[in-house]
Amino acid sequence: MSYWRKTEQARTILVVLAVLVVVWEMSVRIFGIRSFLLPAPTIVISDIIDHPAFFARQSLYTVYVTSVGFFIALVGGVLAAIAIVSSSFIDRTFYTLLVATNSIPKVALAPLFVIWLGTGGAPKIAIAAIIAIFPIVINTTVGLRAIDNDMIDLARSARAPRWDVMMKVRFPNALPSVFAGAKIGISFALIGAIVGEFVAGEQGLGYVILTSQATFNSTRAFAAILVLGVLGTIMFFMIEAVERWMLPWHVSQRSQKGR
Amino acid sequence: MESESVVRSSDPAYISINDVEKTYAADESPIPALKGINLDIAAGEFVSIVGPSGCGKSTLLKCVAGLQGVSSGSISIRQQQVKAPPDNMAIVFQRDVLFDWRTVLDNVLILVEFRGLRRQDYEQRALELLKDYGLDGYAHRFPWELSGGMRQRVAICRALIVDPDLLLMDEPFGALDAMTRDDLNAELERLWYETRKTVIFITHGIDEAVYLADRVVVMARNPGRIAEIVPIDIPRPRPLSIRQTEEFGKYVQHIRHLFASMGLLKAE
Repeated sequence: MSYWRKTEQARTILVVLAVLVVVWEMSVRIFGIRSFLLPAPTIVISDIIDHPAFFARQSLYTVYVTSVGFFIALVGGVLAAIAIVSSSFIDRTFYTLLVATNSIPKVALAPLFVIWLGTGGAPKIAIAAIIAIFPIVINTTVGLRAIDNDMIDLARSARAPRWDVMMKVRFPNALPSVFAGAKIGISFALIGAIVGEFVAGEQGLGYVILTSQATFNSTRAFAAILVLGVLGTIMFFMIEAVERWMLPWHVSQRSQKGR
Repeated sequence: MESESVVRSSDPAYISINDVEKTYAADESPIPALKGINLDIAAGEFVSIVGPSGCGKSTLLKCVAGLQGVSSGSISIRQQQVKAPPDNMAIVFQRDVLFDWRTVLDNVLILVEFRGLRRQDYEQRALELLKDYGLDGYAHRFPWELSGGMRQRVAICRALIVDPDLLLMDEPFGALDAMTRDDLNAELERLWYETRKTVIFITHGIDEAVYLADRVVVMARNPGRIAEIVPIDIPRPRPLSIRQTEEFGKYVQHIRHLFASMGLLKAE
């Protein structure tokens, strides 16, 4: 049932995309739009096909920055959430501060990271991590707190140590929230990586977009954006695949509810 | 408080509830949940507690379990005042409270892990319990693959894994359909008959309370208090068909009238 609905949904999206691309291609050709304003999709795609090594190298760098930043955010975010839930002091200080600073656009910090960490990979990873950590910490904290009282009573009735309650009850129970945060986090990490490359980069897809703009090479910029879109989608679905594998109980309940 | 240590002269009760009162703090005036509760329970006795919603029967159970403190009075188990959950006790809740991320076997063994005991020592017993409860072959399945009745059976196996002397059951069959409930009632009666554990069984169902218990404690609300304690002199073991006898009907009728006199049930 849900499988059929999913494939149907995917087909709809593909059809919409295909129509969009065709309309785009036709308009560029019919109205003779110059390619530095809006290149035709065929030209964009042939740019990628003609320079596979170049795009692979630039993509790999952006993927590297994104995934290292995301991984740091995931580990750091989950540990921070456990600390927040375990200690009311950390809750009142660190978590309050975190929620308060959540509304600041973190990309504004990018130039500062360049001052602090130089122009190599480090500042880009740092920006990716700092943007991605917010949704992960907040979602995980909410998940760790949203516990069924009976579960806690069950653990208390057997005088379970606090660590057991955290690792065997609260944390597994919060995993769906951790994944919800991670799915937002991976998209944020990609944004962070691109912003980092915008601010101070010598490689990566963000750098490609920036240098293409300087030379009015819109085709190259569009090609890089297209690759980014594909990469972002793949990374998102990779997280979802891990979720499906780790939380079959949750995924099955979710598809039942959606029925 | 030190002077309150209960010293009883003769025939000490297994559980002794003395003048227990429980109030919840509220903005204006504290809300009384339990008042003047006195109840002694013998070792190996099956006591049902029946009463309307809000009569504090679950609160009373949590106080006995050491999960909540009392406002005044005292509860002792084997002459030890209850301050924390006692050692040899297990609880079965209304909802099965199974962990979705653990297999059936791992769910049964969770209390073993919580108590810091060795899993290997209990795995065999867990499998035997599951077999006893008709869950043979489900040990490595997950809770979400099971029906409601099967899930509650797993919860009962989980409670029994550490072989507790005291079993506290908080409306354990309340969420099940009538036929499954009958099955589980019969299984529980058999379990009690064979093991003579001390059981406190909370329920909304008068039939269920009478069928299982040696004594039925009838509670009233506002504030939660004991209205009457009804001893059930029906011989054991009790087949389910005993519920059709005139004797059984008389007990049920009596408790029904008690509720009717509280204005809770219309008398037939």
